Amino acid sequence: MFDKLFNSYFCKVIFTGLLATTLLASTQLNAKGVYQSGPDFVSEAFAPHQPQPKVLWLTGPVRQQAEKILGHKAQGLRVRYHQYGDKTAWILNEIGKEMPITIGVVIDQHRISSVKILAYRESRGGEVRYPAYVAQYRGASLNDKHKLDRSIDGITGATLSVWAVNKVAALALYYHSQVTDQSESTN
Amino acid sequence: MKKQLLATFIGLNLTAAAQAAAPTAEEMWSIIQQQQKEISELKSQLEKNDSRLTETEIMAEATISAVEEISLAPAASNKTHMGGYGEVHYNNLEADDGSSSKDEVDFHRFVFFTSYQYSDSIRFFSELEVEHSIAGDGQVGEVELEQAYIEWDLENNKSAKAGLFLMPVGILNETHEPDTFYGTERNAVEKNIIPATWWEAGAALSGELSPGLKYDVAAHSPLFLDNGEYKPRDGRQKVGKAKADDPAFTGRLKYTAIPGLELAASVQVQTDMRQGEGDKIGGTLFETHLAWQQDDFQLRALYAAWDFDDAINSIKAGADEQTGFYIEPSYKITDKLGVFARLSEYDNTAGSAADTAVEQFDIGLNYWLHPNVVFKIDYQNQNKSSGNGSDGINIGVGFSY
Repeated sequence: MFDKLFNSYFCKVIFTGLLATTLLASTQLNAKGVYQSGPDFVSEAFAPHQPQPKVLWLTGPVRQQAEKILGHKAQGLRVRYHQYGDKTAWILNEIGKEMPITIGVVIDQHRISSVKILAYRESRGGEVRYPAYVAQYRGASLNDKHKLDRSIDGITGATLSVWAVNKVAALALYYHSQVTDQSESTN
Repeated sequence: MKKQLLATFIGLNLTAAAQAAAPTAEEMWSIIQQQQKEISELKSQLEKNDSRLTETEIMAEATISAVEEISLAPAASNKTHMGGYGEVHYNNLEADDGSSSKDEVDFHRFVFFTSYQYSDSIRFFSELEVEHSIAGDGQVGEVELEQAYIEWDLENNKSAKAGLFLMPVGILNETHEPDTFYGTERNAVEKNIIPATWWEAGAALSGELSPGLKYDVAAHSPLFLDNGEYKPRDGRQKVGKAKADDPAFTGRLKYTAIPGLELAASVQVQTDMRQGEGDKIGGTLFETHLAWQQDDFQLRALYAAWDFDDAINSIKAGADEQTGFYIEPSYKITDKLGVFARLSEYDNTAGSAADTAVEQFDIGLNYWLHPNVVFKIDYQNQNKSSGNGSDGINIGVGFSY
């Protein structure tokens, strides 16, 4: 068996290709991993200012609407965020297929300023972290039905990861409206 | 007179009372000291209360944090994950000449996913399927292990897997939950040419060459064509005591840097699909596809071609070339309702001089009751160059979780 294997022209081609690809790949990035820490994300969002963390309690109608946006129970009793003027930054987790994706969202005057994937733990679907993908959220706001006001082009084979980012983007917009419009937050 | 006496009496009493209540300097000093003591005690009490309040706040914070830690823990640290999907189909098809018909309902697939996270970098994934609802001697269905592999991250740039895994070929082979594609049945080209669903045992390496450009390479168990067989689908051994004299190799490049776009190409090499029994039949599969989503519009297109050694023609004339393609535009009218049309053509004897292609046109709709629950209905019309085609409707319901 092995004589035939190693004498095969195709096998030599494949082996050479595999070796070359492996060497080339060793200098590049991978889909899985932590890309930015929470504090770094916040510092970058508000530089040169350094706002203190605040807390939004998930009670009553706030929790109900959050769960409607998520399509499942909202975890935790409160959400931490940072605010400076009309700008807020949120770091939220949402499961894609099996593992939580950590997503940072910055909102300025009810529109998304930036979305960043801070940690991605799934084996597949890591394309959601690409700048070209998350750039689609820039400028998005919520419509009357608490959904994003625009369509986001998805990723074939990574629908669950795309849904997770969509939900978190909408949720952060909703939370922002709660802490800037109605002053329901506490320090 | 009485009034004067009463006023005098009251006045005398008030004066006496005032004289009696007026403290001396010493008494005043005593009172002040007493009051100062009470103020000090009150201040002390207030400080204690403040301290208790702070303690209460700290305790509340600790309790809330503990509750959050417990409530958030399952999502972050649960090592075992379960999932699955299923689809039941109703097919009502009839041959153009009325010689045959198919009128049946079938719980086509019922699948369990189980995965286990050994560590941040090592994980197990499996897929166990019951096809056609019932399996066993003389039954129409099968129990199949379609995936069971260990995957581990080698460095920050690539991962490897070993075990039984799906071939990195085509659009549907690796992602085939019913809520992710249009049409009750999977398309005929990926079924008859690639042939999906297709899994083998072996080892694979995956990684990213640059953001949006991924590669997969794999060495794995081969297809085996038994006497008289010539179609790739016939060659699937399903890793059940599979002949492995001559292994096979697969490579894929996938480009997904542009949101909504996937471009991919796969090559597979089968060194000998007869596995040393009789004349050697090697083969090469080339597959390329596009999946493009722009707003509510989506387009999928795929081309696949096998090039086998001429020896296969002694089994079936023209089988040395087996090709197929499809193009499938679709449009989501609402979040829940989408329509599609698909034109596909495949030919398992494309190397023959005769026109032996099978052409199929499908049109239908998907209604997503939930993002993971879908109802489907479609009309299909199949024409064979040999003459007799068929047409009819398919209805299905599918789900994944």
